[in-house]
Amino acid sequence: MEITAIYYIVPALVMFCCGVYGFITRKNMIAMLISLELMLNAVDINFVVFNRYLYPEQMEGMFFTLFAIAIAAAETALAIAIIINIFRAAKNIDVRSLNEMKF
Amino acid sequence: MESVGSIILYFIVALSMIVFSVMAVTTRKILRAATYLLFTLFAAAVVYFMLDYEFLGAVQIAVYAGGIVVLFVFAILLTSKPGDNTERLTSKSRFLGAFAAVVTLLIAGYALVSRVSVALATKPVMETPDMQSVGEALLGSGHGGYLLPFEAVSVLLLACIIGGVVVARKR
Repeated sequence: MEITAIYYIVPALVMFCCGVYGFITRKNMIAMLISLELMLNAVDINFVVFNRYLYPEQMEGMFFTLFAIAIAAAETALAIAIIINIFRAAKNIDVRSLNEMKF
Repeated sequence: MESVGSIILYFIVALSMIVFSVMAVTTRKILRAATYLLFTLFAAAVVYFMLDYEFLGAVQIAVYAGGIVVLFVFAILLTSKPGDNTERLTSKSRFLGAFAAVVTLLIAGYALVSRVSVALATKPVMETPDMQSVGEALLGSGHGGYLLPFEAVSVLLLACIIGGVVVARKR
């Protein structure tokens, strides 16, 4: 059996769809952020797989993933700072009850 | 033709990736969702190692699994009591989410099937990129160099540190 590109793309696709499902159904802000991380990670895997299978002499996909990981870390840190700030002001982080911009 | 060991490893990784990502979005305990996310990220790191990008796999484990998940766990423990469940989903929101996920799956699956020659490409021979070539590409300013995005990311991380401190600080 030969492991071709599709063997890596299909699990990444399922992971992305899980992220979409979670982002729509979850109401807790941290759970939504976890779903977002799943989607980002699925896209990272796709970059690496296409780089490895189609253009193995270049490193573009690898560096794109490297920068995507750095930006995801920055985004998560900032989002969690905002979530903790909201929790301090509103005492919960349920998106349905956060319908005012100013408390 | 792959060796038997790598095929077995592939099936373990692919199965754990699918199962844990499904569990991460369906479990009702938020701390467990973060743990399942950690397992999914480890599976992705193993995929990077299997595709010979060892530096990338190490970065994935160090930054994602070591940094981001710890941040998630701290935020979860700060904002919710351990052990309380999230509310049961209403059938409307569950239907909406499942509909969006299935539509995404169908569209992307159709795109995959229509480009089947790309999807069935076999794995070409590649030398593992060693640290010297990675470092020269990361700090090179010529062809194939990434000095400008590298500096942009460093400024972004600095802005993120300052922003995080300013936003989360007690007033």
